[in-house]
Amino acid sequence: MSPPPGPQVWLAIVAAGLGTFLIRASFLFLFERMGGVPPRLERALAYVPAAVLAALVVPALVAPDGTATVLGNDRLLAGALAALVAWRTESVLATIVVGMVALVALGAAGTFV
Amino acid sequence: MSESPRDAFLAGIRAVAPIIVGIVPFGLVAGAAAVNAGLTLLDAVGLSVVVFAGASQLAAIGLFGDGAPLALVVVTVLVINLRMVMYSASIAPELLDEPRRWRTLEAYLLTDQAYALSVTRFERAPGTSRRWFYLGVAAPLWVVWQVCTVVGAVVGARVPPWLPLDFAVPLTFLALLVPAIEGRATGIAALVGGGLATVGTGLPLEAGLMAGALAGVLAGLVAERVVGPDAVGRDGDGPGGGHA
Repeated sequence: MSPPPGPQVWLAIVAAGLGTFLIRASFLFLFERMGGVPPRLERALAYVPAAVLAALVVPALVAPDGTATVLGNDRLLAGALAALVAWRTESVLATIVVGMVALVALGAAGTFV
Repeated sequence: MSESPRDAFLAGIRAVAPIIVGIVPFGLVAGAAAVNAGLTLLDAVGLSVVVFAGASQLAAIGLFGDGAPLALVVVTVLVINLRMVMYSASIAPELLDEPRRWRTLEAYLLTDQAYALSVTRFERAPGTSRRWFYLGVAAPLWVVWQVCTVVGAVVGARVPPWLPLDFAVPLTFLALLVPAIEGRATGIAALVGGGLATVGTGLPLEAGLMAGALAGVLAGLVAERVVGPDAVGRDGDGPGGGHA
């Protein structure tokens, strides 16, 4: 059992925070130095939202516990329904509400079945 | 005519409001886990203020609790947060004209949600004030994160198990993903990004996420060569991203 962390953790916290800030700030300041966005990079950036959002969403729906499951996966089902709502309504609020209600309902149904 | 700062800020707040609930459980855990690992309240708050990145905070907390070398903690945090380079590059063109002080603040507040909501909105409503909408989204996220960290550290992170609040986070990204797919090229980017990230979901340090995102971008570029680029984003009078 290791001893409780002492005040030296702040060395790590500050270093990690500084590094993370630099990561966040990177292109926000780099592009200025470069005189704007290079055209090739600009074309690639057009695909960042779709790629990143999918990379964030799909694992959370398909493999919420770390391993991909399709059958009996409440989150996948609720997510599919929410996707439909997102497509039709284009409303973030509606998507969240429907998805949450669906997940809770599926969870409750699972308890009683 | 672009909207006033106040209107843009309020629009940002309206856009982020539905997903605030989703980050509450994570914020609570950020506080509670820190205390459970032997860190002080100040340490927990320090992580949330100085690092301000949930997944990496949790990893750091775990490592602190295990007595890991400080250098390892720092490296781990940075690798996990590496994906923010993509957010930075993607949102930078929208904030190019921002004075440096504002850009510094905007950089500090950059998170998955702030990025996703803002980029979506800027494409769909090009007249939006970049700075104020972004801050309207990002500032509440910061405040809630800090408050939840403190609350979690003091009272623990007890969320009823039947209420999966954390599901609101992927739901938000899902709601933003759907309109981001405008044609075959972006569709392929999403398919590859989501697929590879799922395959790599067990990898440490969020490597699967990063690899998936990069692969998705590459796939999009390749698809663009084959099937041509998708039609340019929606007209400005479409519904704004995330209207309540």
